[in-house]
Amino acid sequence: MAKRSFLIPGVDKRLLIKDSIKTMPDLTRRRFIAGGASLGALTLLTGCDVIDSSSAEEMLKTVSKFNDAVQDFIFNPDALAPTFPESAITKPFPFNAYYDLDDAPEIEADDWKLEVRGLVDNKKSWTLPELYNLPQVSQITRHICVEGWSAIGSWTGTPLRDFLKLIGADTRAKYVWFQCADKDGYNSPLDMRSALHPQTQMTFKYANEILPRAYGFPMKIRVPTKLGFKNPKYVISMEVTNDYKGGYWEDQGYNSFSGN
Amino acid sequence: MSSLTVIDEQVAATPAKVIQPAWVRLMHWVNALAMILMILSGWQIYNASPLFGFSFPREYTLGGWLGGGLLWHFAAMWLLMINGLAYVITGLATGRFRKKLLPITSSGVLHDVRAALTFRLGHDDLTVYNYVQRLLYAGIIVVGVLIVLSGLSMWKPVQLYYLVMLFGDYPTARYVHFFCMAAICAFLVIHVLLALLVPKSLRAMIIGR
Repeated sequence: MAKRSFLIPGVDKRLLIKDSIKTMPDLTRRRFIAGGASLGALTLLTGCDVIDSSSAEEMLKTVSKFNDAVQDFIFNPDALAPTFPESAITKPFPFNAYYDLDDAPEIEADDWKLEVRGLVDNKKSWTLPELYNLPQVSQITRHICVEGWSAIGSWTGTPLRDFLKLIGADTRAKYVWFQCADKDGYNSPLDMRSALHPQTQMTFKYANEILPRAYGFPMKIRVPTKLGFKNPKYVISMEVTNDYKGGYWEDQGYNSFSGN
Repeated sequence: MSSLTVIDEQVAATPAKVIQPAWVRLMHWVNALAMILMILSGWQIYNASPLFGFSFPREYTLGGWLGGGLLWHFAAMWLLMINGLAYVITGLATGRFRKKLLPITSSGVLHDVRAALTFRLGHDDLTVYNYVQRLLYAGIIVVGVLIVLSGLSMWKPVQLYYLVMLFGDYPTARYVHFFCMAAICAFLVIHVLLALLVPKSLRAMIIGR
């Protein structure tokens, strides 16, 4: 390994890479590191530099798309996530984000409005009291994080499909794209089929209490058939669209479908 | 000329015994590659949220970060599953599993473990597996099936709910997946060590005889 780390005699490959990635924008940097590390491991396995990082990354992306197509073909997108009794709820339910709780958005209920955009008949913004007036349902489901951990929680709110009907959304559109108040601008696209799933919910309460700041006050989108990062918190707008607009984690390489 | 003919006849009469047929060798090495890719990317995924109080060293993980590890894991899984399925089907259909791995008796295992630990286990006929081999090879097939089933449960816990129920719940499937990986790693160490101790077994897995 020590011998192989010299690309040009006298130049340490790792230092060279380290220096050059400093000049890249954040996103490119992360991707480059991902590719570089897999290249390193492959080099270790094959003992030669036959695979460059970009072709390995292309191959992985292709397989990921193939996986999406296979999943689309063999699985039922309307399958219901298992529900649990109240006794199964995880206490305390973990706070989880890419920042500390202190950095979580602090939203004033009176200042907040849900903005609605894109392929909908009624683009009016919604205040919190207006949303609270919509019929709500409760569900106890398991939240599964892309990292592997999971926790069972109780969420109450309006089924997203009812709201989409109410605002006259074109449900033939491909995505509902959510934008959030998290620092660095969190956003995430949800495929329409999942948006119309009976358990997908605009969540206003956790454990029958107004959604606390830690869990996404004032509104979270709870999608029990998707991994946690596809369950945006602190939502400020939704857009019904045919365009794939990317997402905070999706852009960094998490599979965008990420359905359970 | 006549002496050549005699040699030809002799060769034809007593062909070198094929210890490992071509399909076994091919699937063995495809599986070895798939397993290594799955383990290294799996360690990357484990490190994102460790089940226990330790992480795997970064140098022994694949993908660079969780997202990359997941992409590798869900790519290599095809190699592992298709190859593994083909292996199990062929092993059952050709009777190889039955002929090579059965019977496994406790007395046989005890006897051969004792012999192995005192370096008195014979390896004269590589076509017949001793009881240590039978136990390890049959056991690792069971572990292989379990790791795939627990992995599928974690991948699609909503779609494959009945599979998750087989393990109890999602977190249990996660632990099963981890311990199966640990068992495979332990097997790998013993397996490689024993193959190096009896190099002709390694040769048989490469060239067949």
